Amino acid sequence: MTLTKQEMAQLVARDIAPGSFVNLGIGQPTMVADFLEPGSGVVLHTENGMLNMGPAAREGEEDWDLTNAGKEPVTELPGAAYFHHADSFAMMRGGHLDVCVLGAFQVSAGGDLANWHTGAPDAIPAVGGAMDLAIGAKSVFVMMSLFAKDGSPKLVPACTYPLTGVGCVDRVYTEHAVFDIGPSGVTVRETFGLSYDELADRLDVELRPHASH
Amino acid sequence: MITAICETTAEAVAGIEDGSTVLIGGFGMAGMPVELIDALIVQGATDLTVVSNNAGNGDAGLAALLAMGRVRKVICSFPRQSDSWVFDRLYRAGEVELELVPQGNLAERMRAAGAGIGAFFCPTAVGTPLAAGPDGPKETREIDGRTYVLEYPIHGDVALIGAHRADRMGNLVYRKTARNFGPVMATAAATVIAQVHEVVEVGEIDPETVVTPSIYVDRVVAV
Repeated sequence: MTLTKQEMAQLVARDIAPGSFVNLGIGQPTMVADFLEPGSGVVLHTENGMLNMGPAAREGEEDWDLTNAGKEPVTELPGAAYFHHADSFAMMRGGHLDVCVLGAFQVSAGGDLANWHTGAPDAIPAVGGAMDLAIGAKSVFVMMSLFAKDGSPKLVPACTYPLTGVGCVDRVYTEHAVFDIGPSGVTVRETFGLSYDELADRLDVELRPHASH
Repeated sequence: MITAICETTAEAVAGIEDGSTVLIGGFGMAGMPVELIDALIVQGATDLTVVSNNAGNGDAGLAALLAMGRVRKVICSFPRQSDSWVFDRLYRAGEVELELVPQGNLAERMRAAGAGIGAFFCPTAVGTPLAAGPDGPKETREIDGRTYVLEYPIHGDVALIGAHRADRMGNLVYRKTARNFGPVMATAAATVIAQVHEVVEVGEIDPETVVTPSIYVDRVVAV
């Protein structure tokens, strides 16, 4: 069976080592927080200046001075810390974050990421912290659907959308498979609802089976 | 210079000139100095370049300043949001210029301005369209096997920031994630104006907890 978004988030959460410092991008990656084990010691970073961010604030308890990267009200966990924006991005760019999880329009076989701009002439571009996260975190995980609405693959030989970062993606989680991207190319870690051969048939990217396959 | 404690927001924003570069704090509405912006609208300065993370939310604060047609150019990281209709309309009509800057570069370019750094090499945006400026590709350099882009400081004529509490010296503390760009912008502008929830006596803020020391702050107003 192909994975639901919740199951994808659960897989990502499973692969985050206990005690990691992690930034979850806006949108689907935010769901990963729901599946982190309470005792795992994973510390969530939010770009707007906080470590040890807690879950969304309950209705009626919102504090608009305490929001996440999506500008939604959140909470603080014991051991939380606040800091200004230059410090927050030094944590990214200085290589202090262990993992970031981002959405994507496209990922290339060489690990290039495109997730900020469709390049359409009437689109208003907005990049936020995506480029800083992409080049800064020690491991960059992407969560995305494997195929676009028109059926074209989003794991591609080369991105056609404007790039966010070059050679920065380490792992891609999709509803059909999890891929590792490294110096030896694209390795399929697991498949869901498709065989390895069916997957290889539907992608233009050269794949390698996982060693245990 | 000694920090002025202003009685009114009008007094706080007096003298801001047409054509100024204005750094405006806040991440969305958290930390946005809405009352100072409202006073700036009344004050009337126009042809402004605004540096802020977003390009206005809803109809208040920066969005109101944009709607009044006072802003020539916005330098920001994330203009497009679900509630950025004012900016979206002006941008599509060609009535406001946009310089899009990755968020970390936005912060670091202001940090550099405040710290007297002439320029810096940064790994963000290498190989992307944002490694080019209006005049073509930015200078790059390979250092220890990694490629970096040369980025220049962003200096403000004025910074408008929102903090939580000031003492009468002008030392500032912030509240939770409303801190965001405030401390960086406070270092990067010739005139720094802070709105706060309260002004307390000197000595009432523990020196160990001061986030923005008074040396950076020119005017304070309680709102």
